[in-house]
Amino acid sequence: MLKDITLGQFFPGSTLLHRLDPRTKLLAVVLYIVALFNATSVLTYGILMVVLGTCICVSKVPAKALTRGLRPVVVIVAFTAVINLFFTGGEPIADVFLLRHISAKGLVTAISMMLRIVMLIMGTFLVTYTTSPISLTDGLENLLSPLKKVRFPVHEMAMMMSIALRFIPTLIEETDKIMSAQKARGADFETGSLIQRANALVPILVPLFISAFRRADELATAMECRCYNGGEGRTALHVLRYRPVDLAVLGGFAVLAAGMVALRLAGL
Amino acid sequence: MEPMIRVENLTHTYSAGTPFERNAVEGMNLTVMPGEFLGIIGHTGSGKSTLIQHLNGLLKPTSGHVYLEGRDIWENPKEIRQVRFQVGLVFQYPEYQLFEETVYKDIAFGPGNMGLEQEEIDRRVRQAAELVGLPEETLDKSPFDLSGGQKRRVAIAGVLAMEPKVLVLDEPTAGLDPQGRRQILGLIQEYHRRRNATVVLVSHSMEEIAQNAHRIAVLKNARNFMEGTPREVFARAAELEQAGLDVPQITRVAMALRRRGLPVDTAVYTVEELKDALLRLRGGAAHA
Repeated sequence: MLKDITLGQFFPGSTLLHRLDPRTKLLAVVLYIVALFNATSVLTYGILMVVLGTCICVSKVPAKALTRGLRPVVVIVAFTAVINLFFTGGEPIADVFLLRHISAKGLVTAISMMLRIVMLIMGTFLVTYTTSPISLTDGLENLLSPLKKVRFPVHEMAMMMSIALRFIPTLIEETDKIMSAQKARGADFETGSLIQRANALVPILVPLFISAFRRADELATAMECRCYNGGEGRTALHVLRYRPVDLAVLGGFAVLAAGMVALRLAGL
Repeated sequence: MEPMIRVENLTHTYSAGTPFERNAVEGMNLTVMPGEFLGIIGHTGSGKSTLIQHLNGLLKPTSGHVYLEGRDIWENPKEIRQVRFQVGLVFQYPEYQLFEETVYKDIAFGPGNMGLEQEEIDRRVRQAAELVGLPEETLDKSPFDLSGGQKRRVAIAGVLAMEPKVLVLDEPTAGLDPQGRRQILGLIQEYHRRRNATVVLVSHSMEEIAQNAHRIAVLKNARNFMEGTPREVFARAAELEQAGLDVPQITRVAMALRRRGLPVDTAVYTVEELKDALLRLRGGAAHA
C-alpha cells in the first residue's frame, strides 16, 4: 500500500559514513563532483572508481538500492551516450554501415560521459542513503549560514524543510485512512475513465487538505506557546562538531579534487 | 441459525517479507449472529481495527476466511464493493472523512455509489438523518459548520444510509465529552432496537461495552482471549485485570468487597446488579 513508498532514501546504520558530520559529507560530495568533472583519462576515472567503490563498501548500502536509484535516469544516460557516440567528430572506426558514423574519439567520449553521470548519481545518492533527512537539513543550514549576512532566511528555510519532511509519513498514513473510509462507503478508485478517476479523488483530497491545514494550525499554535521566534540566538539540540575523522575525510577529498585538476592540467 | 458473519482462523501480516513484518491478527475466530449486538474489546494494538477491516473486505486475509451469510466474501474479488454496502463500517473519528458541500450530499455519497434511484437516495438520506437525530434544516448546511458531535452523526448517517445488514463501529465515542458519548451510544442502541439490526461495537471502554453488548469478544496480542456474555466475561474479572484490561467500575467495587472478605458475586457490571447481589448476601446472612 501507500506505506511502502520510500521517501527520503535513508538507510539507517552506524558505519563510518553514517557517523560523519553531515557538513563533511555535503562538502565531500561537492569536491567529489569537482574531481569527477576534471577526470579525463583511464587513470583518473580509475582512481575515482576506487574512491567511490571504497565509500560504497564502507557504507554497507546494498548494491541493489544503488542500482534502483539509477533506474529513473537510465533514459538520460542512454540518450547522452548515443548522442556522443554519433555526433562527435573524428576519424570513423571502419567504413561499414553504422560504424562509419562512429569515431574512436566519439566512443571514448560516450563511455566517459556515461561513467560520469552514473558515478555522479551514485556519489550523491550515497550521501542521502547514509544521512538522515533531519541531519542533512541541519548540515545545510549550517553551511548556508553565511547567507544570513545578506538577509537570506536560512534558518526558516531549514525549519520548513524539516517540518515538511516530518509530516510526509503522517500525511501518508492519513491518506491511507481516508481512502479506507471512503472505500467503506463504496468509493471506487480503480475503475472508470480518466475523468471518473480524477473525480474519485475529491473525497480524498478535500479531507486531506482540511487535515493538513488543521495540523499546520495546531503546530503553529504549539510553537508559539513555546515562544518560538525564529533563528535569532537559537542553539541546537544536536550541535554539529567536526571530529578528526571529518577533517581527514575532507582533506582526502580536497587532495583528490586538487589532484584531478593537476592531472588534467598535466595532460594525463 | 446461520451466522451473519463468521471469521475463521484469520491471520493478517503487515509488511510481509520486510524486517518490519508483524502479525496484526493471528488465528482469530469470530461469529456474529443476526440481530446480535456484539462488543469487541482490547488494548491498542490488540488487532481489533485490523480485524474489523476484514469484515467488509477492506483488508484481505493473509490466511483464513471471512464468511458473510455463509459465503466467502473473497469468492469473487471483483464483487468486493457489494460486501462493503452490506457491512457498513464506521471508522474512528469518522468526521474527518466529510468532504461534500452539504450534509445532504455527504450522506448521499454511499447510496449514490450503490447506483440507487434518486428517489430512493432521498428517502435513505432523510431516514438516516432522522435515525441519528439530525434536524431537517442541517441537511442544507455545510458539514464543516457543524459541531464535533454533529459532524460525527453526519458521518454515521453516511454509513447508515447504505442500509447495511451489519453495522460495525470502531470507537464511535472516541474524543467526545460524556454527554456526546451517551448520545452516540443511545442512537446506536436505538438503531439496533428499532431495526433489530446486527451491530458490532469496538471499544476499549469496558463500561461502554458492558452496558450495550449482548456478547463480548476480548482480544489480546492479536489473538482471541475471551468470549461470552457480559456476565461470563466479568465473572473472570481478575483475569481481565491481569491482562491489563479495564473492568467496569461496579465490577471493581464488587472485587474489592470480595477481597475484604465479603463473598459477593463479582459478575456484576451495573449498579442495579450489585445492589441485588448485596441484598441477596444480606438475605442469606440473615437466614444463617
